[in-house]
Amino acid sequence: MIERLVDSFLNPVVLEASVPYLVRGLLVTLEVCALVIPLGIAGGLSLALAYRTRSRLWRGLLIAFIDFFRAFPPLVLLVFVFYGLPFAGIEIGSLAAVTIAFSLNTSSFYGEIFRAGIESVDRGQWEAARATGLGGFRTTTAVILPQAVRNVLPDLIGNTLEVVKLTSLASVVALPELLRMARVSQGLTYNPTPLVVAAGIYLVLLWPFVRLLSLMERRLAVTA
Amino acid sequence: MTAFLHNFVNPEVLQVALPLILEGMRVTLLLTASILPTGILAGLALSVLRTRQSRFLNFFIVVFADVFRAVPPLVILILIFFALPYLGVQLSGFAAAWLGLSLVLAAFSEEIFWAALTSVPRGQWEASRATGLGATATLRRVIFPQAIRLAIPPLTNRAIAIGKGTALASVIAVPEILNHATNVQAQTANPSPLTLAALAYLALFLPLVVASRWVESRFRWKR
Amino acid sequence: MPLTAPGKEILHIDGLTKAYGAFQALKGIDLRVHEAELLFLIGPSGSGKSTLLRCCNRLEEPTAGTIRFKGEDVGERGVDINQLRRRMGMVFQSFNLYPHLTALGNVTLALRHALSQPKAVADEAGRAHLARVGLGEKADAYPHELSGGQQQRVAIARALALSPEILLMDEPTSALDPELVGSVLRVIRELRTDGMTMLIVSHEMAFAREACDRVAFLDAGEIVEEGPPERIFEAATEPRTRAFLERLQAR
Repeated sequence: MIERLVDSFLNPVVLEASVPYLVRGLLVTLEVCALVIPLGIAGGLSLALAYRTRSRLWRGLLIAFIDFFRAFPPLVLLVFVFYGLPFAGIEIGSLAAVTIAFSLNTSSFYGEIFRAGIESVDRGQWEAARATGLGGFRTTTAVILPQAVRNVLPDLIGNTLEVVKLTSLASVVALPELLRMARVSQGLTYNPTPLVVAAGIYLVLLWPFVRLLSLMERRLAVTA
Repeated sequence: MTAFLHNFVNPEVLQVALPLILEGMRVTLLLTASILPTGILAGLALSVLRTRQSRFLNFFIVVFADVFRAVPPLVILILIFFALPYLGVQLSGFAAAWLGLSLVLAAFSEEIFWAALTSVPRGQWEASRATGLGATATLRRVIFPQAIRLAIPPLTNRAIAIGKGTALASVIAVPEILNHATNVQAQTANPSPLTLAALAYLALFLPLVVASRWVESRFRWKR
Repeated sequence: MPLTAPGKEILHIDGLTKAYGAFQALKGIDLRVHEAELLFLIGPSGSGKSTLLRCCNRLEEPTAGTIRFKGEDVGERGVDINQLRRRMGMVFQSFNLYPHLTALGNVTLALRHALSQPKAVADEAGRAHLARVGLGEKADAYPHELSGGQQQRVAIARALALSPEILLMDEPTSALDPELVGSVLRVIRELRTDGMTMLIVSHEMAFAREACDRVAFLDAGEIVEEGPPERIFEAATEPRTRAFLERLQAR
């Protein structure tokens, strides 16, 4: 029984054959993260800072943008961008489609997090900083943002975790990331070991952050 | 411009796609409606079990919560659908999607409930126990009512995320919205069904996202 | 005013020891509390006063020693701790009122769910206890709508609702603004007149002087000295007691 389990799910021969695929896949996964996470954070931060406008119209539009991309399932957005854009005359590869779709999606989530974070900083902080003659930009970067980020750090980390997991969706448009390579390898060997190993790789990659997140949320809850 | 309309809002293709997308919406709703109660209740049960302070139980609960929050949901769905058969267990796409997403929701729910329970001040436990109320009654009457307020905003957000996650079920051949849309799109070589699918999802989830803003503001400051 | 002769023993503490790892919070406490007695526990912070109180109803588990409540061993295996706790009322420094319930709800919770009394019966009793502490009209108010002194009085009513045979109070007025302290002390004075046995940890020296029967001074986990208030406050024999009292006067 155990033998059958190992043979099916942790087959050493299959494992050895699939390692090169999985390693390549992991590198692509990390590449996507290196693109999407900074873009998402930059986008989100821009949205959150733009939200400080006095114009109610602009604030409404920003919220609409954020909610639109929070409601749009990322897989659907990806498929739409990948299969749809060529019909609009834009030839697009899977990596570009993934980057565009996921950046739009994740900047809306980061935007909402940063927005809430900035709002959570006491009004008095702004006033104190401006009263000492600090300009708007310096106030934001030196006084407000550090506190805002500290207030929402668990949510920021949590969302970044979600982005890494999001990359697995790119397998649907045949981007050779980790999940895709695992499925390719599984198709070649008729054995699900590569899938199990891929799951294990995600686990090893992300478990430390999941643990960290739990600890942070506990510590915040205790001080609340 | 007409090219755009022809490609993305093509009347003939839409006519074919509409009934299928509507059927897909039914499946999406059914799937979501079956996942949410299982996932949330399982998470609740696990968090209550965790209050028993059994180191043995806690270990398994924490491992469960960590694994199902760290591994991407799509990987879990694919494992359940494609790998379980090797153990002799062949689940339908719907069942696999229900099981996989319920497990993920249970893991997140457990952590959310646990964080809420532990943030209720210890003094509340002590006051209640000091009046001779047993542990179960204390949990039910004093701790939980206070914890629930804290749990509702993150729980709402996670439930919406899982609802959107049902789109992943298209990959394991569940006839929900995206699945139908990509099929018609492949057959007609026209992306209009995808436009319709996008609208369908937005119709389902945009109201929920807006409602969750209201929920967050209502439950945030009351103490 | 001291009692002429001590009544029967309500609480009999023998050799109570509590250790947290290497730290000894209580080092063998012997203490007796008699019926209708008001015993004040004084001492510097960290001396173990709260720990002593909390061991009585086993919110803290003693490391060694026995606590007998009306002859019953509180720490005995198989004892119904919930039933025992209902006979001992506890009032906390930070009140610990249930924020999601009204004052009446706070008072009647244990009546309804520990004693299974029907709502109407519990509510009537609850209102009576709230009236006794002077908060009859506040029955439907939520804790956050009440002042600190009112909240603590609701907490006292909550403890009294179960008709306890002893009240354990852990610094009942320490978290209150000075103007509100009086209202709580008034309730304690009235309870004493009604014959309630009370063990109170507190810094209210003026109150102790005129209202309590005995004072016990705790320092570093030991009872250094105990006796009637006149003796302790005017003519303490132990140097540590005198030093503590002097520091207190100096403030």
